[in-house]
Amino acid sequence: MSKKSFRQAINEALRQEMRRDPTVILMGEDVAGGRGGSAGTQDAWGGVLGVTKGLYEEFGETRVLDTPITEASYIGAAAGAAVTGLRPVAELMFVDFVGCCLDQIMNQAAKFRYMFGGKARTPLVIRAMYGAGFNAAAQHSQALYPLFTHIPGLKVVIPSSPYEAKGLLISAIRDDDPVIFLENKVMYDVEEDVPDEPYAIPFGEANLTREGDDVTIVAFGRMVGMANEAADRLAKKGIGCTVIDPRTTSPLDSETILDCVADTGRLVIVDESSPRCNMATDIAALVAEEAFDSLRAPIRRVVPPHTPVPFATVLETLYMPSVEKIEAAVTATMNHRVTEKV
Amino acid sequence: MQIARETLLRSYRAMRTIRMFEERLHVEFATGEIPGFVHLYCGEEASAVGVCANLTDNDTIASTHRGHGHCIAKGVEVAGMMAEIYGRSTGVCRGKGGSMHIADLACGMLGANGIVGGGPPLICGAALSHKTLRDGGVAVAFYGDGASNEGTTLESLNLASVWQLPAVFVVEDNGYGEATAASFACAGTQKARAAGFGMPYIECDGSDYFAVHEAAGEAIAHARAGKGPVMLHVHLQRWYGHFEGDAMTYRAPNEVAEARRDHDCLKLFRERVTQAGLFEDSVLDEVDAAVTDEIEAAVMQAKDDPLPQSADLLADVYVRY
Amino acid sequence: MTPDITPITMPKFGLAMTEGKIAGWLVEPGTQVTAGEELVDIETSKITNTFESPVAGLLRRHVAANGEMLPVGALIGIVADAAVADTDIDAFITRFQADFAAASDQPDGAEAADEPVMMQVGAHSLRVHDRGAGDGTPLVLIHGFGGDLKNWMLNHAALAHGRRVIAFDLPGHGGSSKDVGPGTLAFFADVTAQLLAHLDLSRVHVMGHSLGGGIALTLARTRPALVASLTLIAPAGLGPQINMDFINGFIEADRVRGLQDVLKYLVHDKSLIGRRMADDVLRYKRLDGAEAALRQVAEACFPGGKQGDDLRPVLAGADVPVTLIWGQADEILPVVQADGLPGSVTRHLLPAIGHMPQLESATAVNEVVGAFIGHEVATA
Repeated sequence: MSKKSFRQAINEALRQEMRRDPTVILMGEDVAGGRGGSAGTQDAWGGVLGVTKGLYEEFGETRVLDTPITEASYIGAAAGAAVTGLRPVAELMFVDFVGCCLDQIMNQAAKFRYMFGGKARTPLVIRAMYGAGFNAAAQHSQALYPLFTHIPGLKVVIPSSPYEAKGLLISAIRDDDPVIFLENKVMYDVEEDVPDEPYAIPFGEANLTREGDDVTIVAFGRMVGMANEAADRLAKKGIGCTVIDPRTTSPLDSETILDCVADTGRLVIVDESSPRCNMATDIAALVAEEAFDSLRAPIRRVVPPHTPVPFATVLETLYMPSVEKIEAAVTATMNHRVTEKV
Repeated sequence: MQIARETLLRSYRAMRTIRMFEERLHVEFATGEIPGFVHLYCGEEASAVGVCANLTDNDTIASTHRGHGHCIAKGVEVAGMMAEIYGRSTGVCRGKGGSMHIADLACGMLGANGIVGGGPPLICGAALSHKTLRDGGVAVAFYGDGASNEGTTLESLNLASVWQLPAVFVVEDNGYGEATAASFACAGTQKARAAGFGMPYIECDGSDYFAVHEAAGEAIAHARAGKGPVMLHVHLQRWYGHFEGDAMTYRAPNEVAEARRDHDCLKLFRERVTQAGLFEDSVLDEVDAAVTDEIEAAVMQAKDDPLPQSADLLADVYVRY
Repeated sequence: MTPDITPITMPKFGLAMTEGKIAGWLVEPGTQVTAGEELVDIETSKITNTFESPVAGLLRRHVAANGEMLPVGALIGIVADAAVADTDIDAFITRFQADFAAASDQPDGAEAADEPVMMQVGAHSLRVHDRGAGDGTPLVLIHGFGGDLKNWMLNHAALAHGRRVIAFDLPGHGGSSKDVGPGTLAFFADVTAQLLAHLDLSRVHVMGHSLGGGIALTLARTRPALVASLTLIAPAGLGPQINMDFINGFIEADRVRGLQDVLKYLVHDKSLIGRRMADDVLRYKRLDGAEAALRQVAEACFPGGKQGDDLRPVLAGADVPVTLIWGQADEILPVVQADGLPGSVTRHLLPAIGHMPQLESATAVNEVVGAFIGHEVATA
């Protein structure tokens, strides 16, 4: 056990799984970097933010494959390799680039098993960065997990910390279905204790990061940390929050969400993806349908506005959910008074 | 090149099976009993069969929306295909894929594909598996002249060359992408495209089984030897519409009739092997009769087979969820 | 800001950089630089990059030395005209640093002491928590099946007065390595002896819980000289019966929900088993090799669903003091196994307590143990 960054935790998961299973391969744009360059360097980048650094050195060019900047062909190749005996981990760099290769994910990899009557296994992992907070603007900041969650056949994982990232990525690699693994780019330097040994965190089981009696907060990825901070501040004011990190949006641990809402009667959902048809609306629908009678106040959603992600810091800050916005939503739901109809 | 007698007979049977399978579907589809829509491969049989005669179960192919021919040529079971097209639970995909998604990974058939240009990237991946696992296999992408313009295809040609994959890209050029002619939609030439990606190019007459067999043999041997990908350009004629029900108002009235008269791969094959004294007509007639029975039995069985159950709706979305 | 003085600050390379290390200055103070001239190599968590001077001028100071790690925006150097006095530069630096520190305001991490550490003992990597000091005979704590040193969280510090008290994770458990060899009591007793040798301890009080009690008894049999006394809490080895629903359920549970139900067997007051406890157990259980290790131990120690070792003869022949603590509501090992023991064994049977008295009735257990292992124990 030692302190590891989100970046190191992911790197270690990849390294340990590649050591364990020779069919695990890595591919993507500059996952090594430097191939063919005039400097003759190898592993020049190790991924655009250094997440895969050093893997080329250990596993060589047959298992760490740099690709041309052609997402459709290599994401499709990863899908094709997955149904023919390899366990590819393909890096899409920014999840926004899915626009260039959605067919290969949505119409091919996700549907093989069902279309082929259960005869295919597609052990594919697609890693990608998501999220705003880096002034990366509209085409490099989106949180597109609802898009993937919408597609049957895909599993969608959003780790909220280094510990979670390592265990969930190992599960993703060992999984026999296509998994979209989304890494919040603002979190790569976040550190915490992470076991040195490999471990797998199962999909579809939410993690409770805080327990309280008054309000249930469901948050995803980086939002979990914000929700925790809001919960800690609110606890000092005597408001107890349960914070649920679902870990995976597909499968979704609806049982835990419903149980917690039954206990608290109040629900705030924190989701940094665009607000229409996102996880917040999905969970709000679930709770409205299955736990209507438990609710003591309207469900509140802490979500960005329905705009592209802006560039300027002042606008991006306005755009994003924040600890303060979560606190305000929790406070509002606590202050709600049912008015009797006369 | 000398082709073994049994290979020839097997190839003839495969071509005849495809022809009868498709002609029967043409008839049955018109009765309204077949759900969805189908795209027929009639007239192009020698391409699928000539290529796949050079492959084994260890090799992989990816097909197109016009996929029945590739499936049969690669060894997918005919009765299971027919049942699939009829939407029966006994179908090769248990009635959940239909005509455009027939697949059988056990015999290296990665699937027909409803998306034009869907196959070539997958074939890069299959070729990467063959290369990485060192199993000696080759991966073959069949795609049409229409798909040859898709970005996915062009990206795949590049990727296969960059990674030096054991892949063969078979352009089945039947002159039309849906209702638009290749002469309008394809800029430049396939040959120049292959050259642009630094890969060898071979073309052949797709109504001549022997020409396809030889050209494909050369291309596949090149890829199998680890020398990188090859483009094989097969010139073909499509005898039916893009889909069943397409009146083909975009084709001159005599175009298909001439193709049937002058470019019938089965007729040409029969002439060639009988004139060379390889087979008596009676041997081939026997094959025809056997195939007729097989197709008849497949249709009768498919019509009689059970429909999927409601529980099948939710099954096999995931291996584990 | 003084217009003649240009601060050179830690640059930001790429999206994610938050801090960088001065890998090496390429220009010495007193050198005239041009804009764009290579100034300093900066190392980040992903790459080393050369930072080029943003301005032309005389490099007056290296504020950050080679090897220093600094956040983006921190002052690393000063470019200023030769005419600017050194005192002005000093004042500039002081002001800049004060402003920067106020803006970043990062509290220093508290020093971590009194934490478990990893020790290599023979072939095993063991997590060991060594607390307390003094002349008293040290006490070693051995946890049970599926447990870890946290099982002693309510006892460890309380007992660590006037003596060292050492808790550790058995192989296959907690943070220790996962090879459990044959998985037998004798194996674990052997590892315990190796740990004691590693710690240079020749005689210790031994307290074992459940399987750990069986290990303590085995140690007393195989290495009697090591053992000054035995404190056994619901120990294994005193009867054949064991709750295999617990053992198998524990091995198989991979989710909080299922595990929480299994853990409830351990206590009489079920409300003690919170979600967080199950979470903590799962953190170790989900490590690769943990499940296989537990299976191996279960097969070796509980073959056919019964306890395989009969350690009653050890008690009969023991010439050290023995104390036995057992919860009367134990659902794992029935309290009747405490019957029929030699009169020399002091028994403490606790009503309405389950299989983990050290957790469920910590104060009582601490008092019993404190009194038992010696008058030198000072009460806190």
